[in-house]
Amino acid sequence: MKTLVWVEHDNASVKDATLAAVTAASKLGEVNLLVAGSGAQGVADAAAQIAGASKVYLADDAAYANPLAENVAPLVVQLMAEHDAFVAPATTTGKNIAPRVAALLDVMQISDILSVEGEKTFTRPIYAGNAIATVESSDAKLVITVRGTAFEKAATSGGSGSVEAVSGPGDAGLSSFVSAELAKSERPELTSAKIIVSGGRALKDADTFQEVIFPLADKLHAAVGASRAAVDAGYVPNDYQVGQTGKIVAPEIYIAVGISGAIQHLAGMKDSKTIIAINKDEDAPIFQVADIGLVGDLFTVVPELTNKL
Amino acid sequence: MKILVPVKRVIDYNVKPRVKADGTGVDLSNVKMSMNPFDEIAVEEAIRLKEAGKAEEIVAVSVGPAKAQETLRTALAMGADRAILVETDAEVEPLAVAKILKAIVAEENPGLVVLGKQAIDDDSNQTGQMLAALLGRPQGTFASKVEIEGDSVSVTREVDGGLETVKLSMPAIVTTDLRLNEPRYASLPNIMKAKKKPLDTKSPADYGVDIAPRLKTVTVKEPPVRQAGIKVPDVDTLVNKLKDMGVAN
Ligand SMILES: Cc1cc2nc3c(=O)[nH]c(=O)nc-3n(C[C@H](O)[C@H](O)[C@H](O)COP(=O)(O)OP(=O)(O)OC[C@H]3O[C@@H](n4cnc5c(N)ncnc54)[C@H](O)[C@@H]3O)c2cc1C
Ligand SMILES: Nc1ncnc2c1ncn2[C@@H]1O[C@H](COP(=O)(O)O)[C@@H](O)[C@H]1O
Repeated sequence: MKTLVWVEHDNASVKDATLAAVTAASKLGEVNLLVAGSGAQGVADAAAQIAGASKVYLADDAAYANPLAENVAPLVVQLMAEHDAFVAPATTTGKNIAPRVAALLDVMQISDILSVEGEKTFTRPIYAGNAIATVESSDAKLVITVRGTAFEKAATSGGSGSVEAVSGPGDAGLSSFVSAELAKSERPELTSAKIIVSGGRALKDADTFQEVIFPLADKLHAAVGASRAAVDAGYVPNDYQVGQTGKIVAPEIYIAVGISGAIQHLAGMKDSKTIIAINKDEDAPIFQVADIGLVGDLFTVVPELTNKL
Repeated sequence: MKILVPVKRVIDYNVKPRVKADGTGVDLSNVKMSMNPFDEIAVEEAIRLKEAGKAEEIVAVSVGPAKAQETLRTALAMGADRAILVETDAEVEPLAVAKILKAIVAEENPGLVVLGKQAIDDDSNQTGQMLAALLGRPQGTFASKVEIEGDSVSVTREVDGGLETVKLSMPAIVTTDLRLNEPRYASLPNIMKAKKKPLDTKSPADYGVDIAPRLKTVTVKEPPVRQAGIKVPDVDTLVNKLKDMGVAN
């Protein structure tokens, strides 16, 4: 089987999420990669180094400077004439593009796969991860998104792919990029961090969240996450949200502070290696999944913990 | 302008889903069902656009069993004007739902179709993008802000890195994220009024769509269960645990 993997990048470097998709694709067969960008030769060269990379298609065009689904989906469809599977990371970019490709190919997408069980058989979470379905596709071609935490990351070196320039249909004239407000942080990125400290509704407001959660995260060199309630209340931006409809994480250590443990939150973090929960309610559902629980008032416990580390 | 809002009847988000013992799916018998939460946000957005004078009519549509009427009545009670039920007892995959919606769009000509970003049962996150593809229209997915400006719509999207704004030519497809708005509750008088609003019933065959599934569900299993661990009595014990794990010195 020949697979085409979507390379997630910012025209400067390959994003980590790509690497899990490469691993998933390599279980299906040959791995070719697509770099759609503008001024992205460096990205293509780096992609060619990824272990297992066969060919890297570089579509360099101003129309692909931002991965607008309207513009890139037809490009993917064009390349799919010679591939059997399109594989994208289940990032917001992958989730935006892959279904558009699938519909153009008249294929039912398999979202968020956890494992490859056979040529056309995969497992995927449904109902916020409360059930795992094994599904088998009957379509001629496959369109798949890959859950990043479920596959090892392919090595970023050791590959010897060749870069081939391709040109796509370009600007579809339906949409344009206006602006982005991207969070800048010195802290590790949420989906690749080894330790995450997450805060919930109990943190009161944005200032309190900063004063209580950030120092602990900094002590542990951890990323910062949040529950939906904390994001909705404006304590932190939307990209901090962990859960069914936010980011899926599986760090070595996940520390949930003032988070009750709703199923939608658990869906995003229950594959963490060690879960530590701090909550004043000893019956909070988070304790049912926590390896280590501390019942107490976070406003005294967390500063004390930060001090003693 | 008309706005089309597809709404799905799903397990209520407060219910913990249980896998059937025979491994064929999730047990939905005697389980509370509700409108998919993202679709409530979609209905609310449509109503706000109508209230702002940007839209004249809101049509809610659901593909599902006869009971999906209740979901449509909820949309009508919130403020949708009329509803279409595409009735089937089969489980319809996003691709087939998108094809049915495409046919309805051809009849209704909405300026906007506002869907949820994801149904909380299948967690597919596909239908809106597929509909946009089938119609050759632009898509503003995971929206946290929607602003109509003349014949285009500006959509602010919740993306992994933060927020992104795109401008789409109309007609367009939008899918909602959690921060777009807070859906209203239907008032009792509006629930009564909704009973009299028009609700058409159709079948997938009326739209000429083959809904045969492309994916076969081989089995559905419980995920591995995590065992509850220990409780520590104080911060010092927690610090020692963290030291044991090598994360503190
Ligand atoms: C469609 C949909 C999608 C959703 N997606 C997500 C998602 O992706 N991620 C997500 O997180 N949620 C999601 N949710 C929301 C989810 O259902 C819960 O509402 C949310 O996770 C609750 O957040 P919380 O735990 O911070 O708040 P709460 O449930 O209010 O919990 C606060 C906790 O803090 C504790 N507490 C209070 N004060 C203190 C104190 N001083 N010291 C210690 N503990 C204290 C309380 O005991 C309580 O357990 C979604 C919901 C819906 C409907
Ligand atoms: N059977 C259905 N009937 C009506 N709308 C649906 C149906 N299935 C999906 N949708 C719409 O598509 C969105 C995304 O669903 P999904 O792609 O299944 O995650 C939902 O939030 C609904 O707006």
